[in-house]
Amino acid sequence: MEWLTLTIDGREVSVPKGTTVLDACRMNNIPIPTLCHAPELTSAGACRLCVVQIEGMRNLPPSCVTQAAQGMKVETQNPKVRQARKIILELLVANHPLDCMTCQKMGDCSLAEYAYDYGVTGEVYQGEKRCLPIDDSNPFILRDPNKCILCGKCIKACTEIQGKSILDFSFRGFDTQVGPAFNLPYKESDCDFCGSCVSVCPVGALTEKQMVGKGRPWEVSKVQTTCPFCGVGCNFDLNVKDGKVIGVTSNPEAPVNGKALCVKGRFGMDMIYSDNRVTTPLIRKNGELVPADWDEALDLVASKLGEIKKTYGPNSIAALSSAHCTNEENYLMQKFMRAVIGTNNVDHCART
Amino acid sequence: MTNSINEIPNVKAMFVIGSNPTEAHPVIGTKMKQALAKGAKLIVADPRCINLAEDADVWLRLRPGTDIALINGIMNIILANGWENKEFIAERTEGFEKVREAVKEYTPEVVSKVTGVPVEQLEEAARIYATAERSSIFYTLGITEHTCGTDNVMSLANLAMLTGNIGKESSGVNPMRGQNNVQGACDMGALPNVYPGYQQVASPEVRAKFEAAWGVPLDPNPGFMIPDMFGAAVSKDLRALYVLGEDPVITDADANHVRKGLEALDFLVVQEIFLSETAKLADVVLPGASYAEKTGTFTNTERRVQMVNQAIKPIGNAKTDGEIICELATRMGYPFNYESSADVMEEISKLAPQFAGITHERLGTQGLQWPVPHAEHPGTKFLHEGKFNRGKGLFMAIENQLPAELPDEEYPFLLNTGRKLSHYNVFTQHSPSLGIHSPEELAEVNPSDAKKLGIEDGEVVQVASRRGELKTKVKVTDRVPEGMVFMTLHYFDSPTNVLTNGAYDKVTKTYEYKVCGVKISKVS
Repeated sequence: MEWLTLTIDGREVSVPKGTTVLDACRMNNIPIPTLCHAPELTSAGACRLCVVQIEGMRNLPPSCVTQAAQGMKVETQNPKVRQARKIILELLVANHPLDCMTCQKMGDCSLAEYAYDYGVTGEVYQGEKRCLPIDDSNPFILRDPNKCILCGKCIKACTEIQGKSILDFSFRGFDTQVGPAFNLPYKESDCDFCGSCVSVCPVGALTEKQMVGKGRPWEVSKVQTTCPFCGVGCNFDLNVKDGKVIGVTSNPEAPVNGKALCVKGRFGMDMIYSDNRVTTPLIRKNGELVPADWDEALDLVASKLGEIKKTYGPNSIAALSSAHCTNEENYLMQKFMRAVIGTNNVDHCART
Repeated sequence: MTNSINEIPNVKAMFVIGSNPTEAHPVIGTKMKQALAKGAKLIVADPRCINLAEDADVWLRLRPGTDIALINGIMNIILANGWENKEFIAERTEGFEKVREAVKEYTPEVVSKVTGVPVEQLEEAARIYATAERSSIFYTLGITEHTCGTDNVMSLANLAMLTGNIGKESSGVNPMRGQNNVQGACDMGALPNVYPGYQQVASPEVRAKFEAAWGVPLDPNPGFMIPDMFGAAVSKDLRALYVLGEDPVITDADANHVRKGLEALDFLVVQEIFLSETAKLADVVLPGASYAEKTGTFTNTERRVQMVNQAIKPIGNAKTDGEIICELATRMGYPFNYESSADVMEEISKLAPQFAGITHERLGTQGLQWPVPHAEHPGTKFLHEGKFNRGKGLFMAIENQLPAELPDEEYPFLLNTGRKLSHYNVFTQHSPSLGIHSPEELAEVNPSDAKKLGIEDGEVVQVASRRGELKTKVKVTDRVPEGMVFMTLHYFDSPTNVLTNGAYDKVTKTYEYKVCGVKISKVS
């Protein structure tokens, strides 16, 4: 592999040939703001927030679409660069609702983070504001086009990751919006509700509806786990607040799926709190299942199985183990049947 | 899967048969779409116009239950054109001549007649699969849920070996396992004939190893497979059943027979997180914990063992399933003393060679793909490189076989079953949001059949087979061919498995969920 050496903010760094200036900075922990860039998507060079100054170049090039070159001298934080970024942010904020105190994205919003960093208040440019209807048509995704900064990441995620191409830009100029064809609500489009668009949205334009009002990012702990539905084995983060799961968010480090999920994995976690959960042992008495305590239920099972084993032999007892349960639980179940009951009568829905 | 999921975007030709990845394995479906965007070719074999069929270079709309004829026909064309991989056949396989002989009769014309697929499509599929640089087969239950399921799978193995498309990166035979941990439940020996790690119960050496580890004598005879259990319950050979996290009343074929079996038991224990239809029949219900409430591991379809990390405490008075089993074992006089699920994994790693190098600590955030034979081993990305488990790959001559029950005058429609994107088996019915999004069964009926029956889109009809009947809403669509009705297995109100046939594969005893005869009538 060919390596290149360049200087960034006076620091000499080496990167493999083919690396962009943005990646060269990030590989070396040099922060660059971006709104339209995501490592898993092709670079659009759209938001221009990642501009840097490169010696010998006339304008400020966007670092996400500029290849690093041998001997390049890059400045990422000089006044000219910061001023250019600030103007871009001022323009974005000019047409962005400043209801941050109630916005679900607060605390995880890239626009708010950069506005804070660059001292953008929204006072510089005053003008018309969008007043578009919110798409609340489905149980999963809340789309507020007024908060959209037109970065295009959701469009790319839908096209490049999902291969669905449900989203695109529509209208022109100030009226530009992102949404399904004919600006239909998500529900009436061919959207599968995989939520990949939500996972890349840098602002509050696309949010998980189930999480609205349930917790702030700084109140939430994230627990990486494996999806309980199909056999693909996607990983994601359970978002937990006060001992309760409030939602699922993508974990970019997930080995199989990255940020991609399907509608079940991302939004089906509310089954945890289904009213149909059994939360206490039940024993059949006079034909009815009635609540019991654990000792009574476990003693009853142990004594009945013991009795049946004694009377009819161990092979008169069988177990169905579970393709939903963990490896450790399946191991314990087959060990229980083989070593404790004394039979190989253990199977599960291996073939369905 | 012999390959890894992230090898899919680099496959050059995908042969998807009896599988609907964009709905049943959605993220694998997206990886396939990424391969298409990079120029891969796609062959889809399915009687239904699944989503991927629309993107396919060739869509083989075969008659249900004619997979072997189709595959033999493709092999016939490959051999006629000299597209077979002679070097691979010579070096890595045996038994090839028998297959060459067997497929001679499966000429394109004969196969076209049996399968309903035009000759030119058969030829194009054979050319694409055999001549691409890296071809991969992807199959799911449309292959296995037939009375000839094992033979269907062996036919696909023949095809892969014939062209040398196995044992390479992005090239192999890839069954996509259904449920989140069906791979792991098999790996852990939750099967009546093998201990953890697929070690045979019938082998005296293996049994001696487990007897030494567990300190008790073990039964040398394999036990009941699922279909045997319900019959044995009716005949009173089986007296008690302990069901963990499964709802056979809804999910097993010929559900009325299953219910009869469960009702005949002396004692039924169901350990579940929901009050399932099976739990409603139980003598004792033990409340288990959901994935969010416990720590352990799941193994996905590419053999990746991954952590499940506890996020919250078990709901209410529930306990983790492992804890419940341990308490029962202890109460029955065999103490299960494990401090944590990591301890259980340590025991597994000592007994199952594929798991020897696995600990919870090593799994971390990325998991490991078995086999992991020792503590430094990085895991195995794809299988069968250079050598098969048995040494040489064995070709098997397979003949086409008819399903156990085909439509007839009384039951003129063919019922085909499967999954849809918005649900997973029966338990997503307990998700309020998915329930709102996709609330009811929509049996797919072809427009010309709907016209003949005088039924309209959205109408409720009665569907009946020899075994049972139900009511369902209808979706009129040409995604299903004439004469076929397609239903999912997701809904309690339209429990499709009261209709399906309990006939099963002779080796695996997998039910023939994919084909049976039904009649459809208007509900007045």
